[in-house]
Amino acid sequence: MNARTSRVLQCSAVLVAAGLVLTACGSSDDSSSSGASKSPSFSGRGPITYAAAKDSSGVVQKVIDSWNEQHPKEKVTFVQLPADVNQQRQQMIQNAETKSDAYTVLSLDVVWTSEFAAHQWIDQLPAAQFPLDKMLKPTVQTGQYRDNLYAVPQSSDGGVLYYRSDLLKKAGVAATPTTWAEMKAACAKVEKLPEAKGMDCYAGQFQKYEGLTVNFAEAVNSAGGVITDADGKPNVDTPEAKKGLDFLVDSFKDGTIPKEAITYQEEEGRQAFQSGKLVFLRNWPYVYSLAEKSKVAGKFEVAPLPGLTGAGSSSLGGHNVALSSFAENKATALDFMKFFTSQDTATTFLKDASMAPPYEALYDDQALVKQYPYLPVLKKSILNAVPRPRVVQYGDASSAIQQEAYAALNGDKSSAQALKDLQDELQKSAAQ
Amino acid sequence: MVDTKIPPGAADRTGSHTGKSPAPVKGSKRTWATAASGRTAALLVSPTLLVLTVVVLYPTLMALKESLYGTKGLDPQTGFISDTEPFVGLQNYADIFGDAGDRFWNAFWNTTFFTVTTVGLETLIGVAMALIMHRAFSGRALIRASILIPWAVPTAISGLLWRWIFNSDGIANALIGHQVLWTTEGFHAKVAVIIAEVWKTSPFIGLLVLAGLQVIPKEVYEAARLDGAGPLAQFWRITLPLVKPALLVAVLFRCLDALRMFDLPYLLIGAQKNSVETLSMLAQNEASNVRFGPAAAYAVLLFVYVFLIALGFVRLLGADLVGDVGGPARTKGKSRLRRGSIRNSAEVPTA
Amino acid sequence: MTSTAKWRTWLLHLGVAAVVAYCLAPFYWMLVSSLRRSSDIFDTSLLPTSVSFENYRAVFSPSQGFGRALLNSLIVSGTTTVLALLLATFTAYAMARLHFRFKRLILTLIIATSMFPVVSIVVPLLKLFTDIGWINTYQAMIVPSMSFVLPLAVWNLTTFFKQMPDELEEAAMIDGCTQGQAFRKVIIPLAAPGIFTTAIICFIAAWNEFLIALSMTNRPSIQTAPVAISKFTGATQFDIPFGSQMAAGVLVTVPLVIMVLLFQRRIVAGLTAGAAK
Repeated sequence: MNARTSRVLQCSAVLVAAGLVLTACGSSDDSSSSGASKSPSFSGRGPITYAAAKDSSGVVQKVIDSWNEQHPKEKVTFVQLPADVNQQRQQMIQNAETKSDAYTVLSLDVVWTSEFAAHQWIDQLPAAQFPLDKMLKPTVQTGQYRDNLYAVPQSSDGGVLYYRSDLLKKAGVAATPTTWAEMKAACAKVEKLPEAKGMDCYAGQFQKYEGLTVNFAEAVNSAGGVITDADGKPNVDTPEAKKGLDFLVDSFKDGTIPKEAITYQEEEGRQAFQSGKLVFLRNWPYVYSLAEKSKVAGKFEVAPLPGLTGAGSSSLGGHNVALSSFAENKATALDFMKFFTSQDTATTFLKDASMAPPYEALYDDQALVKQYPYLPVLKKSILNAVPRPRVVQYGDASSAIQQEAYAALNGDKSSAQALKDLQDELQKSAAQ
Repeated sequence: MVDTKIPPGAADRTGSHTGKSPAPVKGSKRTWATAASGRTAALLVSPTLLVLTVVVLYPTLMALKESLYGTKGLDPQTGFISDTEPFVGLQNYADIFGDAGDRFWNAFWNTTFFTVTTVGLETLIGVAMALIMHRAFSGRALIRASILIPWAVPTAISGLLWRWIFNSDGIANALIGHQVLWTTEGFHAKVAVIIAEVWKTSPFIGLLVLAGLQVIPKEVYEAARLDGAGPLAQFWRITLPLVKPALLVAVLFRCLDALRMFDLPYLLIGAQKNSVETLSMLAQNEASNVRFGPAAAYAVLLFVYVFLIALGFVRLLGADLVGDVGGPARTKGKSRLRRGSIRNSAEVPTA
Repeated sequence: MTSTAKWRTWLLHLGVAAVVAYCLAPFYWMLVSSLRRSSDIFDTSLLPTSVSFENYRAVFSPSQGFGRALLNSLIVSGTTTVLALLLATFTAYAMARLHFRFKRLILTLIIATSMFPVVSIVVPLLKLFTDIGWINTYQAMIVPSMSFVLPLAVWNLTTFFKQMPDELEEAAMIDGCTQGQAFRKVIIPLAAPGIFTTAIICFIAAWNEFLIALSMTNRPSIQTAPVAISKFTGATQFDIPFGSQMAAGVLVTVPLVIMVLLFQRRIVAGLTAGAAK
């Protein structure tokens, strides 16, 4: 029996030894690329690819087709990525790690810009060549890293407050709530109605995932706090931030937010609202057209998010396009990016797929507002929006936020303790 | 124990060196044990080893190397991450005893807990399934089809399905008439994962054990019945010993899979939930945050852990898993089987 | 029939019912969910309020390329199964029947390869396959899938071959067969249930492989069914098309099971017939 053990040990020793040999060979690095960033040249024309989540409306392919018609020698192929954002990011990182040229133009979630730019997976872009001044300012900021442009807004998104206008009216609530206190007061009135029996007041996204980061950031920002200050330094252990977090924690405690909302992502919240279980719901504009087809159709409206003392501020959603550093035919890519982020294309995206545009003018277009009644509210929401922390280690920052916020919402930690621990975590991650 | 000596570094020379064949244990086996059989064996085994080397061994060695490197640093001046990873030696491994250790050990215990509970339950349910399938004559096709289904549903889909079932307003809560928030932290999250995992993989053990049951010759049972053995005695004295090799392989591979469990807790409960985070999830999480060194270190530690478990398994549960051909140790059951099946199949080649 | 025998049949039927119910109940939920309209997808009624095939239509809409994906899956898992079983049979034969050195070491090495988390080998493998130009090819999915199922196949077949008594082959060889012939004509038919079960398990494992198939391909024309399913999207980023995902789940599972059952009859019948010659 001992013979067997020693044999296996020998075998593992061989494995380890082989690893060490590889290490010895691999540790000599080429120091040629350690210099400062090279300014990209955008040269080369020819076929390129566009990598993004598959789009079921078909509008992306339609836009690409119209480009391909005009540019038969510089065709764009749509590389479809999984629907799950984490898998999209993972595929992009894998391609960057292998320096693959499979993806040319990348559709990045707004929170990935810093990380991709810092790793030099994407090229710095010539800001002057894009009509950034016509776009809503917060959306442009999401494409910048250290004041340089790395990604151009393609679509935007902001949180809005859905509310049951029919019930509010019946309960005699005249004005749409703009503060948390007003919202709670409105709920108290509504819940006295016989038809509102068993309804809960408010929900957002509180499951432990990126949506919790969004909702936590909104609560903190809406109470006048910040997560990271203007210089990008963590500053979340403040009385303002505590008031924001306390709104969520107290709402869970007093039942304003139903306890099952701790498991809600976007879809569960939509489900609860559509089946008439909620008076107020924080969600994205996508809910609008779906709820119009449900049993609350015609019974709800949208408003900007409420805050502590006045209108709250939303987190920013949406997507930007960026240029992979390892791609070929970058001249074509740059042209395509200009075309893809133009106001005309944004109009098509809005009309066909209800993607919120980065262009300010479209929010005031009467025909479009008729199609999408929530546009004016969304514009306010985006203009008031605060981008989520723009840090290189965004994944770590977001994890830390989720960890601490979740603990506070669950009652495992006091909100003061959670914020203190979060501050420590964020500082540690920023120091890396 | 036939092959007693292994020269150091033999792994890569297996193919070409036949050397002296070990002496045959049984005189009657003259045909098997020759130098030629070594060559034949090398020929037969090398394609498998080649595929495994390319796809698994190479990446594994790369990961071993990677685990000795740290995370790329950020240059505060330029704002760029440096191109090269610093060599940190065994630091990533040492870290599990430091600050990052809590998370590692939590994942370690979760992994262990899931493996013990799910494989234990799967074995019970799987063996029961196999016994029932083996006996059932009416509706055999239906039962075979239904037992295949849980195993055939892609894990990604079954994760979504179970998340839906365990939703706060889902069917699970509707059935038990009580709202349990399954996907929140806590023991119930573990229970949800175990239920879904056991459902999905019991058929794996069931199918393999069924195959094992099917190769047991009927004569063995007849002989036992003539000896007056009751059903329970038949199960313990005949069925179980004879099906043991198949069962052990099934359980062993289930253990290896369960120890690497990733998709199901990830999809069903979510990432970074302390209650269900496994070592694979931890490695994936580190890798997705572009800390490839620590991620590789976790993967290597998991590898070592799995290796030790497998080793202990093989040693504890009987030599006949690896077994030696022509080795002197044959169980009683085996020799009985042999007699039985010779009688049974003597006519087969000649018929 | 004696009363104990009756009682035992009754118990057996109960057992069968229990197994079928246990295996099918969650699948039933999948089926029911796939038949709901998207507007009442959140229902928990045990029967769909009104049966709708809109989810199935969505799955088969041309833009999803789902039919093609099913075909790709079939090619990849079919090839994987055949090749892996062939290699594993060779290896297992050597393990079960031949004497040679390092046998234990080789068996250990083989099983050791299935101990590394798949998530950790994707990036090195992607580098390798990019270098040799295997991206967007079937072999980039087949070879890794083979290596994932080979350890199980080798170990499993070794066990089954070893259970077959040596004397049978010896008898056949006395009748004039070579060692290989004896193995092919005597042992393989007898081990048919084991071989077939191994094949099913390999096939299903390859059929469900996702991470490698996703990473090694970026063209819709070559993607497998699980990859195609992962790309299902709703109208927007947040809207999860649960109904079509469940419909796709039904569509990848049911044909698989039917196929396995049909093949099983054919193959087992074929192998047993071979034994009689």
